[in-house]
Amino acid sequence: MENESLNLPNYNIPEDMRDVVAVTTLDRLYNWGRRSSLWPLTFGLACCAIEMIAAQMARYDMARFGMEVMRPTPRQADMILISGTVTKKMLPAIIRLYNQMPEPKYVVAMGACASGGGPFKEGYNVVAGIDKFLPVDVYIPGCPPTPQALIAGLIKLQEKIDKQSLKKARWYQKGKEDPNYVPMPILGPDLIDVRRSEEFKKAAAVKEGA
Amino acid sequence: MATAIETQTVDLAARFPGKVSAESRPGYSGFVVEKESLLEVAKAVRDEFGYDLLAALTGVDYIEQNKMEVVYHLHKTTGGPKLIFRTQADRVDPIEIPSVTPIWAGAEYQEREAYDLLGIRFTGHPDLRRILMWEGFEGHPLRKDWKEAFYEEEIKPYKSRWPEGKHTYAEFKNPFRDNLKFPPNFDPEKYEPEGEKDLYSSLERFSIKSEGGLKTDHVVVNLGPHHPSTHGVLRVAVTLEGETVMGLKPVMGYLHRNHEKIGERNTFLQIMPYTDRLDYFNSMSNNFGYAVTIERLMNIPVAERAEYIRVIMAELSRIQNHLVFIGMLINDLGSMFTPAFYAFEERELILDIFEAVAGSRMMCNYFRFGGVARDVPEEQMQKIKDLVFDRLPFKIDEMERLLNQNEVLVGRLKGIHVLNAEDAVHYSVTGPVLRAAGVPYDLRRADPYSIYDRFDFDVALRHNGDMYDNYLIRFDEMRQSLRILEQALKQIPGGPINSQKPNYQVKVPAGEAYGRVEAPKGELGYYVVSTGKQNPYRYHVRPPSFVNLTALEKMCVGKKIQDFVALLAMLDIVMGELDR
Repeated sequence: MENESLNLPNYNIPEDMRDVVAVTTLDRLYNWGRRSSLWPLTFGLACCAIEMIAAQMARYDMARFGMEVMRPTPRQADMILISGTVTKKMLPAIIRLYNQMPEPKYVVAMGACASGGGPFKEGYNVVAGIDKFLPVDVYIPGCPPTPQALIAGLIKLQEKIDKQSLKKARWYQKGKEDPNYVPMPILGPDLIDVRRSEEFKKAAAVKEGA
Repeated sequence: MATAIETQTVDLAARFPGKVSAESRPGYSGFVVEKESLLEVAKAVRDEFGYDLLAALTGVDYIEQNKMEVVYHLHKTTGGPKLIFRTQADRVDPIEIPSVTPIWAGAEYQEREAYDLLGIRFTGHPDLRRILMWEGFEGHPLRKDWKEAFYEEEIKPYKSRWPEGKHTYAEFKNPFRDNLKFPPNFDPEKYEPEGEKDLYSSLERFSIKSEGGLKTDHVVVNLGPHHPSTHGVLRVAVTLEGETVMGLKPVMGYLHRNHEKIGERNTFLQIMPYTDRLDYFNSMSNNFGYAVTIERLMNIPVAERAEYIRVIMAELSRIQNHLVFIGMLINDLGSMFTPAFYAFEERELILDIFEAVAGSRMMCNYFRFGGVARDVPEEQMQKIKDLVFDRLPFKIDEMERLLNQNEVLVGRLKGIHVLNAEDAVHYSVTGPVLRAAGVPYDLRRADPYSIYDRFDFDVALRHNGDMYDNYLIRFDEMRQSLRILEQALKQIPGGPINSQKPNYQVKVPAGEAYGRVEAPKGELGYYVVSTGKQNPYRYHVRPPSFVNLTALEKMCVGKKIQDFVALLAMLDIVMGELDR
């Protein structure tokens, strides 16, 4: 990783100043601040949400890692935890929440359902994995994942944040649109992903001819 | 073994000659009511025969006989045997059956569900809209000729995967390369979504009108589906005048994950882990209900030791559910987290026991037909004893001491009316909310299942029907659960934990059964129709949260918006079972 050298500068401090001066990089300081106060969105979908609450409680205590400030509004949140089965009916609400979150933002898919449909994948109202719509940073396996697994997943996310660089971060650069902006899906005869409507039209037309 | 026939004690056919006919099917005998005289018969059933509680209402699609059937399961709140009757309509759209909502208000949402999933139009229903799927969704998914996008075969295990174990992704078989299904020649760009006109017009239609005084504009507020105090992804559309709730309509289905459709494809045993995910706080109770139902169909005994283990697990589950209820209720009242910390501390200890015996903290998948999956080892038994005899009674007292006299709590809860006894029964409300209204209806006493008739305990009862009583009755119930646990732990015998040999493919004879247990949130019922194949023909869950929610509008209209949050918490809903 090229950022490794950024994070650990090999700068020689004179002997007599070692007690009063420490040298670090802006990236490292900035990432340390961000990773130590990740604010998740209070967003429970299904069974996994209960384990998310359990992870907040005294026994597992997510606050040890700086993630206890659950925010009910997306405008104050850094991270959205997709904690449960994503249904077609719920999807527009999730997309709306995600689009309202300010950059930088992260998505964690918690559990089998959010990662790929899980046991309910064949269901007619189930979206087989949130990664069909949102860019997922960390997947946490389990049904539901234990609080330990959740915390391990979030530490992975912190490690990911550590490797980001201020200079390259898209959200500080002028004129760069968010490539992850997701247009709102429409609830029609079935879920219409507007990015794929051409494809759907073609497939529906072929179907009748066959 | 064939299914035991449940005889009916009321002879409807003799009372209504020509309108009701007795009928008998494998494993079951009951009545068929002509749909023209359904309302007349239903009224007599309620007023003459005294069946005041409509427990479950559901439709069954008999595609081969070209019939659509609606089944009504009725009970008396004074206990005693049930009454089943059904009514039929030809399977030609529009399928019309009179609505019984005017007679039992608890039918309202269940009829809407049957309309949504089976396409049965209930004439005379006050507000017939889709309930779980959105308006505009194509088709009625629970019909037997409706195939989901990832449809492969009628019955699992699929031939493609078993025994050869070949696997192809379901996406590759679907023309849209996803879990999607569009009508032929569908053009997404020209499509106009139906939106929510129906919801808002119905909200306006059912809003009460203000009397005199100052004229104020009505404001429509949507709480949810993303809202911290709706206990999941429930959405409630509310009309407000100032702070007063003038009208209210819950919108659900945001967690509808097709439990019943998947269940009808699964084999009988494969459904067991899915029931865990209904009410995800109480997987043990859910397993219990399903096991009781299928055992009734198979007519098999349950091993003696397993009966005790089942009761122990179900009651531990009830205690942790009520603890979380209290923690979350006070969370909703604005005291963020401190009481919940106390509740979750005890809950973790109970979950540790579940994890040790079943292998998972929340999704236990512990019950099997005829017994349970694994025995409880001696050291875990000791842990349960320590909890039940020493720790939990002390901790429950401690919570009461901390909370009950709290000025804010008493101020928010006392004197705010939830439901009176008459309305609660009328709306088919069951569980603690019904008992807090003064109706001593507990299935463990009213219709004893398993071995509950052997234990000495009282049905928790409160009489005021206000929120404070609803809150206190949870403590009473935990104490009664502890009483049952103490006796069960003293009496539990040794021996095998399953009366059957372990078997992945159980033989279930043709027939039908409605099994019900007293889950922590109310009556949890399973209605299963078997045709003798390895999967159920119809599998229906009657979740307490869903039916209890019918009364929400009655409870909240006219109250203040801040009380609405607490009133919703009183019903103790869980979205996993509400939407299924």
